[in-house]
Amino acid sequence: MFGLGPHGGFIVASYAAAVLIVGGLILRAVLDHRAQKTALARLEERGARRRSDRARDGRP
Amino acid sequence: MWRYANPTVFLGIAARLIPILSVLAAGLAVVGLWIVFFVAPADYQQGQTVKIMYIHVPAAWLAMGCYSVMALSAIGTLVWRHPLADVSNKAAAPLGAAFTALCLLTGSLWGKPMWGTWWVWDARLTSVLVLFLMYCGVIALWNAIEDPTRAGRSVAILTLVGFVNIPIVKFSVDWWNTLHQPARVIRLDGPTIDPSMLWPLLIMAAAATLLFVALHLAGMRNEILRRRVRTLGLLAASQDEAPGLAVAEGTR
Repeated sequence: MFGLGPHGGFIVASYAAAVLIVGGLILRAVLDHRAQKTALARLEERGARRRSDRARDGRP
Repeated sequence: MWRYANPTVFLGIAARLIPILSVLAAGLAVVGLWIVFFVAPADYQQGQTVKIMYIHVPAAWLAMGCYSVMALSAIGTLVWRHPLADVSNKAAAPLGAAFTALCLLTGSLWGKPMWGTWWVWDARLTSVLVLFLMYCGVIALWNAIEDPTRAGRSVAILTLVGFVNIPIVKFSVDWWNTLHQPARVIRLDGPTIDPSMLWPLLIMAAAATLLFVALHLAGMRNEILRRRVRTLGLLAASQDEAPGLAVAEGTR
């Protein structure tokens, strides 16, 4: 298979597994980051701020 | 170390490092794969099947390396109570599980054509399976306890208990007779693998390591944000009940 010898299927399957697993990890990190940023923005829109943020803004 | 204990400082550093590490990892992976498929020779015994080594071995190194990072994080949680130590542990566990799964999967795909079997219960393969189960246990424990501080301490103890398996994985091929070949790269007397295969292996390992560091930083960043969401959610709920309450800044 593709000049990979008689065991080409095993080689292709190994690299496909690597692509799937690494791709899944990257996708998970990106989607999780987006979800947390959205949730944080939604809470801040509702007026929830951390004490340090309120102190920085000069609000009680 | 304590300078970086502030989650806000850490988030700034992570935001700068993640893109740089990702680009470096991708660049090294492209170079490594090009050498693997167009330059590196076939093995005199295994033929082209040796190409599986270039992902199997880095995955195996990262499987052990990631658990070592988690063990250091566990010490940071229990001894120094570093605020980012349990964040590091939680972010590393799924990465370690994924790289261990990749190691087991590619090892099986390598074993079938070379050994004639997908799996044997020998010391190396079994200890790596135990490592994978340890990762699953750590992830399960993180999800079982809602309070991150309590979960962090319990997970830290479990992580340190499980660390005893790491030297067993590493030295299993020396201590017992196994079907798995002995170490060829990380040896006291130096690598015994031919340089034409060693270099692409080291390049692929460097790419995988940089990818791991980038994903670990990204995971830590996400966990810090998750804890802020949790804190602000609690604050919003408490303000609904008693206006004026505030929650101190922190990772939790």
